[in-house]
Amino acid sequence: MVHEFDTVIVGAGGAGLYAALEVASAESAPRTAVVSKLYPMRSHTGAAQGGIGAALGNVEEDRPEWHAFDTVKGGDYLVDQKAAMILAEDAVRAVYDLEHRGLPFNRTPQGRIDQRRFGGHTRNFGEAPAFRSCFAADRTGHMILQTLYQQCIRSNVAFFNEFYLVDLLIDGRKCGGIVAYELATGDLHVFRAAAVLIATGGFGRMFRTTSNALSNTGDGPAVLARRGIPLQDMEFFQFHPTGIRGMGILISEAVRGEGGILRNRSGERFMERYAPGLLDLAPRDMIARAIVDEIRAGRGITGTGDGADYVHLDATGLGAQTIEKKLPDIADFCKTYQGIDPALSPIPVQPTAHYAMGGIPTDIDCRVIADNDGSTYDGLYAAGEAACVSVHGANRLGTNSLVDLVVFGRRAGKHMAGFCSWNGLAALPSDAEGRSLEDIVRLKQPGDSVAIHLLRDKLRATMMDNIGIFRTAQGMQKAVNDIGELAVLWPDVRVKDRGGNFNTELVEALEQRNLLDIARITAESALVREESRGAHAREDFPQRDDERFLHHSLAWLNDGKVRIKTRPVDISRWQPKPRKY
Amino acid sequence: MNITFIIQRYNPLVDGSPYYEHYLIDADPHERVLDTLLRIKDTFDRSLAVRRSCGHGVCGSDAMLINGVERLACKTLIKDVVEIEGSVVLITPLRSMPVQRDLCVDQERFFQKYREVKPFFIPAAPAPEKEYVQSPDSRAKFDDTTKCILCASCYSACPVVAETRREFAGPAALVNAARFILDDRDLGLAGRMDGLDNDDGVWACENHFDCTRVCPRGIKVTKAINETKRSITAYKNGKVHDEIA
Repeated sequence: MVHEFDTVIVGAGGAGLYAALEVASAESAPRTAVVSKLYPMRSHTGAAQGGIGAALGNVEEDRPEWHAFDTVKGGDYLVDQKAAMILAEDAVRAVYDLEHRGLPFNRTPQGRIDQRRFGGHTRNFGEAPAFRSCFAADRTGHMILQTLYQQCIRSNVAFFNEFYLVDLLIDGRKCGGIVAYELATGDLHVFRAAAVLIATGGFGRMFRTTSNALSNTGDGPAVLARRGIPLQDMEFFQFHPTGIRGMGILISEAVRGEGGILRNRSGERFMERYAPGLLDLAPRDMIARAIVDEIRAGRGITGTGDGADYVHLDATGLGAQTIEKKLPDIADFCKTYQGIDPALSPIPVQPTAHYAMGGIPTDIDCRVIADNDGSTYDGLYAAGEAACVSVHGANRLGTNSLVDLVVFGRRAGKHMAGFCSWNGLAALPSDAEGRSLEDIVRLKQPGDSVAIHLLRDKLRATMMDNIGIFRTAQGMQKAVNDIGELAVLWPDVRVKDRGGNFNTELVEALEQRNLLDIARITAESALVREESRGAHAREDFPQRDDERFLHHSLAWLNDGKVRIKTRPVDISRWQPKPRKY
Repeated sequence: MNITFIIQRYNPLVDGSPYYEHYLIDADPHERVLDTLLRIKDTFDRSLAVRRSCGHGVCGSDAMLINGVERLACKTLIKDVVEIEGSVVLITPLRSMPVQRDLCVDQERFFQKYREVKPFFIPAAPAPEKEYVQSPDSRAKFDDTTKCILCASCYSACPVVAETRREFAGPAALVNAARFILDDRDLGLAGRMDGLDNDDGVWACENHFDCTRVCPRGIKVTKAINETKRSITAYKNGKVHDEIA
């Protein structure tokens, strides 16, 4: 079946929905469809807890320039600095806009949007922690997702729910639309559009322990990579320091923002040794490494120094009232999954794979970049976690992802609305569904087969062990080899379920293939970067090397091989300095 | 521990009617029911259709009946439903929604009823330059109702939806309407009477409290519906209803 629209948005999380609202309000009234593999309110934006960062200055004086600087330094100087200024300046407008759409932020006694401290956010270029995170209890993401979805209902946005992205229509530099698989029927649908936005989120599921939803399988970046579009900075994947021990479920940085303290087996506040300035509010990559170092040194809670060992997040000093008012959902997670009350007992935590700083490269208007000269595709956009502008560089600060969604989701929507008022549809290729149909037919063939979950578990294990918080050349090469072996198995993967309606087995096979491709690009990009920067920490190259590696990496996937070029970083405002807190 | 999962299976395209399949499985008492289901899917039957995403109770995808009660599979631990070796766990899909396949149910009508109550912000006053000012007390008034994740557990548990009045808007729609009525920045009832003040709106609620009992977010759903009933009555009498906290 073929559908025609002016704009198609793939993904119904914060970035996709905000773009949809922006397009819906455009004067030219472009016909828009939002295509999502999940019902919109199931999107992973809803899992974000801590807050959305903006220099409102409701608790203390604050300035967007300080926010931008913190973002640049937090990203270990791999952040494009003009983009960071746009993020910080537009954050203020975006937060007020969300509130004007009804978002129920917590309030100060004066009735203003309440703000709290968060990792890496400072006033006056590092002087002291800044109260910059605007929050709605500890479910800010849920509130943002609900509010945006409600607004889409009001604006009558058209949704195609449970449609899976399987291919991109692209001819040279011109994008013509997408191909999607309908879960309910097994039918393939072609969506022709003048402008396509990819906002499909992250890909933490390639790691064994992750905070990410099962749906976060990098479909957008993988589909684009297989169509010859480069991915940027894929070696930078954030491990959030505090996931529930053994499960990876996120325990927000907000706990530390409200005064929570990380402790080792001696009860010591060990961050005093690693980041004497910001302590438990240092950037996430530094804290994750500190936790691993403590555990390796035998100072974890079990003292065994292995994968089962962990540290404590002590929120007992916060008081039951604060926890109830500001961290109720987290208290619920602790009670449900660990049987503890955080007001009374410390929370057992371990680092968990959390956020993709890398992704589809874009300019500041969210246009996808085609090559290291910065040239772009026509009619192809990306925003949110799937994109890499880059505003997060080598490490993302907490609360900056929710800002990223609304600021760049809007910019994408704006540019797309303009673009499709001047550009029509590309010609429809003669066999638009061909490649996707081939994959599906092959998967459904009978025969002794490779079970997809074995492939899945092996991938997650090698990525966690070798492309984790601390990396070595040997380990990364092993991951590359392991992934190569799994990739060889892929053509022999078969599904047992050959039906059309609600064939979840088929969809999950396609998702695993996406993760395999993403993992390969990630591992190869990591191997090539011989320095430590932000979340990419190498035991064999422990220092940051601005002379050789102050650049973005652009990686192409071609026939199972990864080719990497480099692109300059915009450091026009703040010169790189050693990153100390 | 070794336990048996009995799961209702049904593929409308292939099966005449739903049937039960037994799966003997070794489950850790501390694992989520969702973890066990997914392991059953990997090990025994990869065609088992179940919706899931976040795995920790915030997205609302995996609501189902576990031993006859609406729960989120990812927030229910094995030890919550089973005590000894050899126990049985019954897994069936949500009620009052047609089964699409196995544990996946058609939620279109549920979402349509949600849309019909106008569950979006209708400002009472034009937007100021910065934020609308709202006191912490005013904010607290509707906090409970902001927690809804549209999992449809309440809708499934409601006997009015199931038997008495199929066109009843249902608890989730009403709790989301209440969220705006109680928000002092919103126009409230002035913009929403039609969808609520009718025989399929608030008045169909018979105070069974099944919604409140099963809500995985602990929302006091019935209370919110009754609040709305009182507000509507006051509104029609030309008064502003003073909510009891």
